[in-house]
Amino acid sequence: MSHGTDRIALPPADAEKTNLVCHFCIVGCGYHVYKWPANREGGRAPGDNALGVDFRRQVPPMQLTMTSAMTTRIRDRDGQDYRVMILPDDDCVVNDGLSSTRGGQLANVLYGDTPVASHRLRYPRLNTGDDWVDTTREHAADLYAAITQRVLDSEGPDGVMFNCSDHGGAGGGFEFTWGTGKLMFQAIGTKMARIHNRPAYNSECHASRDMGMYELNSAYEDAELADVIWSIGNNPYENQTNYFLAHWVPNLRGQTRSKKQERFADETVGRGRVIFVDPRRTPSVAVCDQIGDADNVLHLQINPGTDTALFNAIFTYVIDQGWHNESFIADHTSGFEEAREANRMSLEEASQITGVSVEAIRRAAEWSYKPKDSGHSPRTLHHYEKGIIWGNDNYRIQASLVDIVLATGNVGREGTGISRMGGHQEGYTRPPYPGPRPAPYIDQEIIKGNGQILTVWGCNAFQTTCNAEQYKEAIHRRAGIVQQAMAKARGGSVDSMADAVHEATQRDGGLFIAAVDLYPTAFARAGHLMLPAAHPGEIELTAMNGERRIRLSERFMDPPGEAEADSLIAARLANALRRRYQEAGNEEMAERFAGFDWESQEDAFNDGFRMAHEKEIDSQGGETGRLVTYQRLREAGNNGVQLPVQEYRDGELVGTPRLYSDHNFDTDDGRARFQPAPWNGFLSPVAKQKEKYPLWVNNGRTNHIWQSAYHDQHIDYRTGRFPMAPLEINPEDAEAYGIANGDVVELFNDYGSTMAMAYRTPEIKTGQLFMMFGYFNGMVGEVTTEAVDENVVPYYKGAWADIRRIGSMEEYQRSVSFRSRRYT
Amino acid sequence: MKLSRRNFLKLSGSAAGSASVVGWAGTAVAQPDGEAAGRATLDYPREEIGRAGDLTTGEAVSFTYPDGSSPCAVIKTGEPVPGGAGPDGDIVAYSVLCTHMGCPVSYDRQAGVFKCPCHFSIFDPHRLGQQVSGQATVDLPRIELEYNESTDTLTAVSVLGLIAGRQANVL
Repeated sequence: MSHGTDRIALPPADAEKTNLVCHFCIVGCGYHVYKWPANREGGRAPGDNALGVDFRRQVPPMQLTMTSAMTTRIRDRDGQDYRVMILPDDDCVVNDGLSSTRGGQLANVLYGDTPVASHRLRYPRLNTGDDWVDTTREHAADLYAAITQRVLDSEGPDGVMFNCSDHGGAGGGFEFTWGTGKLMFQAIGTKMARIHNRPAYNSECHASRDMGMYELNSAYEDAELADVIWSIGNNPYENQTNYFLAHWVPNLRGQTRSKKQERFADETVGRGRVIFVDPRRTPSVAVCDQIGDADNVLHLQINPGTDTALFNAIFTYVIDQGWHNESFIADHTSGFEEAREANRMSLEEASQITGVSVEAIRRAAEWSYKPKDSGHSPRTLHHYEKGIIWGNDNYRIQASLVDIVLATGNVGREGTGISRMGGHQEGYTRPPYPGPRPAPYIDQEIIKGNGQILTVWGCNAFQTTCNAEQYKEAIHRRAGIVQQAMAKARGGSVDSMADAVHEATQRDGGLFIAAVDLYPTAFARAGHLMLPAAHPGEIELTAMNGERRIRLSERFMDPPGEAEADSLIAARLANALRRRYQEAGNEEMAERFAGFDWESQEDAFNDGFRMAHEKEIDSQGGETGRLVTYQRLREAGNNGVQLPVQEYRDGELVGTPRLYSDHNFDTDDGRARFQPAPWNGFLSPVAKQKEKYPLWVNNGRTNHIWQSAYHDQHIDYRTGRFPMAPLEINPEDAEAYGIANGDVVELFNDYGSTMAMAYRTPEIKTGQLFMMFGYFNGMVGEVTTEAVDENVVPYYKGAWADIRRIGSMEEYQRSVSFRSRRYT
Repeated sequence: MKLSRRNFLKLSGSAAGSASVVGWAGTAVAQPDGEAAGRATLDYPREEIGRAGDLTTGEAVSFTYPDGSSPCAVIKTGEPVPGGAGPDGDIVAYSVLCTHMGCPVSYDRQAGVFKCPCHFSIFDPHRLGQQVSGQATVDLPRIELEYNESTDTLTAVSVLGLIAGRQANVL
């Protein structure tokens, strides 16, 4: 919904200008923030505004991105009013001046004259049993510490559970992960943690790591240099928009041919090709069909869950043709023969399993691995995301894909690599996880009644877990026990309240829930204590993007109310526990909570990211993180530096564009490992639902909505587009069930039910559905099973269900567009 | 109005010892552009763009508004739509500069949408210019139309939403 704004204030020439990295997706586009007193505005002449643009006449196309969503008013804590405008940075090598529909609304999610402001959590809040009231930071931290202390003393660390994000960007960053990680894994020492959007503490790329490769090993420039880009289970136009628009599209249009010729003088070069592997014709496929043709765009529209069979057939075919890289295999890998035998599959068998023609599989293999006219192997870049990460056995699929990459030596060279595309930015720096692998399945532990205190930190499992209906029932039931106890204990001291809570958790099966978030989410509201966090712009933070590029997002405004950075909240909680243990005379425990004497995000950064060379820390910055300082990052601006940093030379941080260019892999012997990955059919719980229900419920993102819609659910422009989770359904299926556009429908199976808004979509195959993942109004997790791979990574994409029409919603039909989302 | 030190003291003195509110005799005078300052909307021109009866369902017709450097399109959708003008409430008009980066969008009759070739944004004229998909952060600006039944003419009277490439819709 637009509100008819027909003029905006320009930043005056002397407006304050700072750097901000978009906090929404992994790409991390560079933006500039202009801030100036609200009672002033710049003029239309180019010298009179900070943008240097002549607004006295129509600005030509492609010169400017500036909308009413990119500016707002804010008020700092001193009562001074300012205007803010946030525009993409033309000089940022990541986005080249582009903004996406998410990043373009950065000003819209500030605490100011924005739709989200009144929804922000501004003060710590306490559930007194029948109501929420504000309280002080000190009181909140002391109550948290008193309860945690009791659980630690009676149950040990296993009684203290966490649902904790591992973000970069979006309020996270290296400071966030260090602060929370140090509290969870070092001070409290618990292994009972659930990471971000998964029911256990795991990586989504264990296979790649076990085989010797970190999952973000390529550079964005590689997409300009590749002969072929694989896009496996990902939808880059909607999810990694400006990586796609600024780096893939020019290659697919042939606009990077001269760059390739300069770099690879003796090689055959040409227009780039793209191969999609996806059961769904995504908006990305549609866009590529517009800019390319049958000679450079190929869509392998596989049956759901059959990726392993596809990759094994290609692996086998490539070797049989002799297109594998024998010297690379001999010099830099191990386990080739074992994988070759284990993964053997014919094109015909794979075709039968995947539903993709033999011819199409063969063409994909030829494009990607058959030597070019010049005799060189093609430079093939492999990208994958949730389609296989949350697919039918993450570990197995990923191994089968990495086996192809190793067999053909497509890593560590320009235009090659195997990288996940990513969702959010990264920013991982934590003490080693203290638990085993596989890690405990925390959702199941909660359902079984284990754990006494759960801290939900910057994530919302209500909207982003599998088997969600059962999980939510357990949360509400167990939180209710504590809530009743707290209502009865009102009026007492912190210790008497903590005693009452502890009795409810220890004796009665209750669960005390504290939430740290920007907003009082549905999960937070189910709990008992909320602590308000801050996000980019309100605090300084560092994060890295999908090519390991770390930047500093600068602070330009105050957080609302008593909100503060997560690292400082972690420190506040740790310090409260330390005081309590000191008062109890337990010096050993008090010492565990030492080392949180931080006063700023930079203190946390210096304590974690910069200390991996001398402390046991799992850090994406590695041991050379010590060379990175806030000041050096400030000087590096929105282009930052790609981790790991090699050196600091002549006043600049020197980074690493792509990993493994020396072919020294992350294994004990430096050799990458092939891993057998035979096709293994469907995970059992899913196979049962598949037999029983007629419709496959695929799920994923749309470009309009970021993550759990924690901001977007408050913005009319977003909810006007998707008032409810959209469900794409083939018109033929819709007809059979009597479903029209905009109808409210219900999906149901043995695991539960969920509701959605029907969106008739001819591009969806019959027998298949596609529902937005993680939305606040209609949650697909309520019909997914508990199926996970061997590392407890869920098969979120593996739901089969039936559907029924609930009825029509006139307002949806009147106000929501049901035109095709595919560019044709 | 600037308040001198002397006036400030005088005003303070008069208020001393009482709880009354001091009334200031304002000396502000109307500025030369006082009429504009008194408006909450921009001063849009009224421009007749053509006759409703001349439009063909599903075909976009170009015009400019509110000035010659702002290309627009009017469409007879063939069904009553939100914001629709004309005898059947099915005529709508939009700026055709994509709100992402100002590229000209084109109307795809078959798909029933405006499409931007630069970054693939799609807008639906049947739903107030709603962005169907793409990279813009606001919908397509809508040209408000008035319909004169006696003459069958359509007149553009304002723009709802900021035209791409402008600080204000009226240059």
